[in-house]
Amino acid sequence: MLSRVADSFYWMRRYLERAEHSARVLDVHLSLSLDDPTDAVGRTLLSAVGETPIDVGVEASDVVPREATGRIDPGHRKAVVGFVVGARENARQIREHISSDMWEQLNSMYLALRDIGAEDDTDSSSFLRSVIEGTHLFHGVAEATLSHGEGWHFMQLGRYIERATTTATMLEDYFGERGNTTLDVQDAGEYVEWVGLLRACAAFEAYCRANTADVQPQRLAEFLLLNAECPRSVRFAADRIEDSLRAIARGLGRQATGRPERFAGRLRAALNFGTIDEILEDSLMRYVESIRRQCDQIHAALNQTYISYTIETAIAR
Amino acid sequence: MAPVSGGGPVALSPLFASYRLDSSFDEMFDADGQARAPYRALLARLIDLPIEDMRRRQREADAAFLQQGITFTVYGDKGGTERVFPYDLLPRILTNAEWERISRGLSQRLLALNLFLRDIYGEGRILAEGIVPRELVVTAQHYRREMRGLYHRQDVRISVAGTDLVRLPDGSFAVLEDNLRVPSGVSYMLTNRQITKRVFPQLFTDYEIQPIDHYAQALLATLRSLAPNQHSSPTIVVLTPGVFNSAYFEHAFLARQMGVELVEGRDLLVHDNIVYMRTTGGLRRVDVIYRRVDDDFLDPLAFRRDSALGVAGLFNAYRAGSVAMANAIGTGVADDKAVYAYVPAIIKFYLGEEPILPNVETYLLGNDADRAYALEHLGELVVKAVGESGGYGMLIGPHSTSAEREEFRRRIVANPRNYIAQPTLALSRCPSFLDDGIEPRHVDLRPYVLCNGEECTVVPGGLTRVALKRGSLVVNSSQGGGSKDTWVLAE
Repeated sequence: MLSRVADSFYWMRRYLERAEHSARVLDVHLSLSLDDPTDAVGRTLLSAVGETPIDVGVEASDVVPREATGRIDPGHRKAVVGFVVGARENARQIREHISSDMWEQLNSMYLALRDIGAEDDTDSSSFLRSVIEGTHLFHGVAEATLSHGEGWHFMQLGRYIERATTTATMLEDYFGERGNTTLDVQDAGEYVEWVGLLRACAAFEAYCRANTADVQPQRLAEFLLLNAECPRSVRFAADRIEDSLRAIARGLGRQATGRPERFAGRLRAALNFGTIDEILEDSLMRYVESIRRQCDQIHAALNQTYISYTIETAIAR
Repeated sequence: MAPVSGGGPVALSPLFASYRLDSSFDEMFDADGQARAPYRALLARLIDLPIEDMRRRQREADAAFLQQGITFTVYGDKGGTERVFPYDLLPRILTNAEWERISRGLSQRLLALNLFLRDIYGEGRILAEGIVPRELVVTAQHYRREMRGLYHRQDVRISVAGTDLVRLPDGSFAVLEDNLRVPSGVSYMLTNRQITKRVFPQLFTDYEIQPIDHYAQALLATLRSLAPNQHSSPTIVVLTPGVFNSAYFEHAFLARQMGVELVEGRDLLVHDNIVYMRTTGGLRRVDVIYRRVDDDFLDPLAFRRDSALGVAGLFNAYRAGSVAMANAIGTGVADDKAVYAYVPAIIKFYLGEEPILPNVETYLLGNDADRAYALEHLGELVVKAVGESGGYGMLIGPHSTSAEREEFRRRIVANPRNYIAQPTLALSRCPSFLDDGIEPRHVDLRPYVLCNGEECTVVPGGLTRVALKRGSLVVNSSQGGGSKDTWVLAE
């Protein structure tokens, strides 16, 4: 497969993951801000959206929420639409390689959002819903109509590297603001805030099933980091990342011992065999920060191995 | 101007109510309004059809094009809009005898033009003997000085040509222009046939039509024959400027049909004069490039420095002979509209034969006598800029305003070498289905010629372009033209 094509598969999916995640965060923020106009939680959540490495023309000042109006900030709307545009542009580059059903789904999602986006007064909640649903639909269509070969695995990598990174970032922001020590829920307001974090990760129901609705920050960190089954946990993402890297190497007849596989294997092992007590004993902040760094390493190694390798390394190979 | 409904079977059908003959050649009816032999079966079918049935088929066809994404991009529109190339339901039919002559004529022409290109960039015999003025060649916009004296194993300079033919009032075919750089439209030739089969299958039972589906295979074989290293199985790629190019659909279509990789300039790199494409499995050597990028943009080191579409170092790799290109660099000099006037002489010079397909009479405005005549008669002539294509930079005298004529007069006087003039041709007309019936519309014909050195292959058919606007003579897709399926009968 051409490197450019693989890169577009990766970014198409990564942008979509980011669109879905941002929409979910904004949705939680919207409902929290109706409860509490000061909305401290919402602000923390939003900083995760605001710190996107991709420039979509949103200034930091745009990210400060307005008073509770039941609507999201136009800057945020623009950012979310921008992610969908990014996904669509990448899909357009590889229309020959994705299934036509995938293209049609993504294109109609884009057209619908563009039309909603044009009217500023429309219902924010339905805008966000349609982003989340559109992404789910796209994933379902891709799962059912695209061969699960190289392109598929590059999509998986984009999806799960993004997911691991954002989950780690949210934990970092959340616990960072509260300090490593305050791990007890003090009052109802705080309870709502922690639930907000779970809902922003689409993990509230899964958490309750595993731990009951007794939301303890320590349990919460354990769940979002180390749970093997919840598709939003970092461990789940790390497992998928390593699986896909191995599948790609196997497909190309390479030994799966390159830098990407090494980084991914290390991350997977840390998450598979670590316990929350050890993590807390050292420092949760350091831990999530290192996860984020490892995701960046995997991304860079992936790029250097398959996409933008230098001529020298390619000739030597 | 005898109305067709004056006699014959046509009067029976309201579909033909507004069909009028004029002085141009009508592909379907002779001067008396009788259907020509190859069209009789088609006419018999049409006469029984209610107009609603035709409309339904037209809608089906339009929907099929849109669904399959068979579109092109129009420049100048805001953001480059994707449009469907209008498809005309009724096929154009050529007899085997007509085709025989066209095919031989095109093969002869392309053989001679290939020899001409090799000669002018090498020895230059034809220039030394004064058959074609040296000055005319070296001042041509698409002449590539970089190709002078270049020893190259690739003898075939033009591998793919799309020559435009017109049919004159006496029914004979003449060459209007040679497209020898990156001719496009062949995907429409192929998809038009598929769509006609789908929406009008009954027509195919009345005729024995020569197939065209093997075009992609023939193209692949032509490209293979260019490979510098004939020992291994060569890697062939289609080089496209990218998704924003008007012909991107075609590039993707041909790559898919041939089963080769569709690449952009950024997918290729040159190292030690060898061209590679960048894949997830490492660098892969490229042997033959079917390039759909103009000379100017191929290599920023050799040609336009601002080109972001090309590959740095490609020209040197080409010089070194490690990669072949179709078409070769510098072929545009042979489809310069002023050099065109010399093609009959070129054929005689290299092959010692009379041209089978004649040229259209052409005035070279660089010549004083021709220019004087043309400036006198601007209102009757078609003036074209020599280096342009696609219907841009043209003046159609009879349809022009006096301001436009003045504008062209100024331009011609300022740069006479840059223009030619031709009489306004009465292009032949072919029945077209328009929403309220069948009317004649002007058409041309672009067959696609593949050359591998010794011989040329012309897939029996071609793209018939239609000027769908009533009275219009411009058939280019960028200027509101459409196209129709083109049949060559087996016997």
